[in-house]
Amino acid sequence: MALPALLLFALFALAPMVIVGYLSFTRWDGLGTPSWTGLDNWRTALTSDVTRHALWLTLKMMVISWAVQTPISLLLGVFVAGKQRYRALLAVFYFVPMLISTAAIAVIFKNLLDPNFGLGASLGLSLLDQDWLGDPDLAFYAVVFAIAWQFVPFHTLLYQAGARQIPASLYEAASLDGAGRLKQFWHITLPQLRYTVVTSSTLMTVGSLTYFDLVFVLTGGGPGYATRLLPLDMYITGFQSNDMGLASAISVVLVTAGLLLSLALVRFSGFSRMRSQQAGV
Amino acid sequence: MTRRTPLTTLAVTTAALALTLSACGSGGRTPGAGPDGAALVWALTQGSEATFRASATEWNKARPDSAVTYQFFQNDPYKQKLRTAVGAGNGPVLFENWGGGALKDYVDAGKVADLTPDLEKNPGWRDRVFPTVLKSTTFDGKTYGMPVNGVQPVVLYYNKQLLDRAGARPPKTWDDLLALVRTLRAQGIAPLAMGGASKWPDLMWLEYLVDRVGGPQVFADIAAGKKGAWTHPAVIEAARMIRQLVDAGGFAKGFTSVSADTGQAEAQLYTGKAAMILQGSWAFGTMNTGSPKFVSEGHLGWADFPAVTGGKGDPTNVVGNTANFFSVSAQAGPQQKNSAVAYLKDGVYNDTYVDSLLTNGDVPPVKDLDAKLKTVDHADWLTYVYRLTRDAKNFQLSWDQALTPELGQELLTRLDQLFLGQLDPQAFCAAMDKAAAK
Repeated sequence: MALPALLLFALFALAPMVIVGYLSFTRWDGLGTPSWTGLDNWRTALTSDVTRHALWLTLKMMVISWAVQTPISLLLGVFVAGKQRYRALLAVFYFVPMLISTAAIAVIFKNLLDPNFGLGASLGLSLLDQDWLGDPDLAFYAVVFAIAWQFVPFHTLLYQAGARQIPASLYEAASLDGAGRLKQFWHITLPQLRYTVVTSSTLMTVGSLTYFDLVFVLTGGGPGYATRLLPLDMYITGFQSNDMGLASAISVVLVTAGLLLSLALVRFSGFSRMRSQQAGV
Repeated sequence: MTRRTPLTTLAVTTAALALTLSACGSGGRTPGAGPDGAALVWALTQGSEATFRASATEWNKARPDSAVTYQFFQNDPYKQKLRTAVGAGNGPVLFENWGGGALKDYVDAGKVADLTPDLEKNPGWRDRVFPTVLKSTTFDGKTYGMPVNGVQPVVLYYNKQLLDRAGARPPKTWDDLLALVRTLRAQGIAPLAMGGASKWPDLMWLEYLVDRVGGPQVFADIAAGKKGAWTHPAVIEAARMIRQLVDAGGFAKGFTSVSADTGQAEAQLYTGKAAMILQGSWAFGTMNTGSPKFVSEGHLGWADFPAVTGGKGDPTNVVGNTANFFSVSAQAGPQQKNSAVAYLKDGVYNDTYVDSLLTNGDVPPVKDLDAKLKTVDHADWLTYVYRLTRDAKNFQLSWDQALTPELGQELLTRLDQLFLGQLDPQAFCAAMDKAAAK
């Protein structure tokens, strides 16, 4: 019974991976036949400044994105999990970015941040009137912001669902004991959301290895190499420089990093031993 | 044991599939033919699509025995589709391309037919186009593609109102330009707009400056992969001049985040936010669409790139995109190849074809058009472009097209760093020498 599924998996997931593995040892421009070069691409991928910089940027992006998105989505999620009607209304607005395609988000931000015709220039707000996408120091954080804007709603939704699962009786008991809202959040909400945090963080960190479309449209990796994340580096190497061998090596690095990261997160967070937290409630 | 079976099956199927898929690459399939055995042409939707369509209809009516069928694609997806299809031996008979290093990849892989024998048999066919344009598709004395649309030289546009207000004239020399930058800035006018986020507009400055300082041979050496060609004094000097211009505040604020594809750099010119822009001839169309009134009232001016005093390059030299080309697949059968060559020879750049191009504001690199040019819309602009390219001693194809895609990409990013001040002129040249040596 499992055979058709296995065949499909082999055809669309395993075979390409095997081929990419093979290509990473060859030099191929996509036109002729690949020629075997041994470890050349690997040597380049692991020693070239460009690739190492891209790897560093990707790690930096992963950590900063997580640090920015998690608290915001956690607080927003817990907030909109409340019962008042105005929160439901607000939630609708929070989730709007989820409905817009990534390319459209990138185009919107690109126009908003344009130094001559964008938000800062039009409204005359000196704080906003920066060269956001053209300054190598700012561009990275502009990308962090755009990515957060796009993904916070999704994680807010996760936290909202998690927060709604927490039994009301816990809060009632806590109120009777005289715990304030801050204490309730710290001692009930946060521990109860532990696995939601793990799920959301896993999605965020592994997902950050694949940030591509938004950055591609927004900055194309520039200015200079300021936003050339690893997936973008792979794309540019493979499909713009036509160096398929090196691009394959980079993509193997990406796959490996993603696998290791997921495994580590699952292992160290206790996700694999996940048990009910509500025994005795 | 039963639990093992799926894994074994998986391993076997994977191996089998990997073999089948890699075998596809070397399979000798014939290039795609259109319906009724017509020669298939792949071309781009932008630019000259209307002309191509009209010419195919006319051609097929007159020559049903050697008919052509067009398929049109968007620019960026097209590049990848073409590469995949041709790599798999499944490409079209005729395909549109930009000449230069990208075409040379296809030539080196043996995928493109040599047109030299056909051109030698029909000297009239070769001689009707500007010889400077054919350089882009000629490698080792053999020609692999013929131009099919208009030339796209890079020109310095200016806003006449702003220059008048500053009491200035368009710059004739590099020193004029630097002086003009100071004058304009003193009046609070941004001198030059540029779509620096797209990187390739940066390249136009380097191309022109290297040519003006050192002449065409400097780049010829680079293109030929000569050792140390990037650290030639002319390249270092050009890079230094770029830094000089950037440091003098020549470019409008935020130029590194303005995209060249959205028309916002051109918009800075016609909305009076910046006085000048260096851009390809297509920018005329962008500005004419963005603000027809600005153009029709005569506020848009254009000039040659400034000369560099003491430089070796001829001031008439031009850089830009020479034209787009059609090349014939080496895998096409004899019948299809004959149809394709006949179409290139007689179906392209005939009178109705040229008229159609001119109507769309495209100036073909074809000889003896002066009289015709006087009768079309925007005659002064089209005549300027025509004379500029006809009289150019050298027409250098954009470097990112002329070099291999790999080196071209590296150049765009390194040059971006030079403009940003992350690399100094020496470091820029050294980085390019290193990349070229790979």
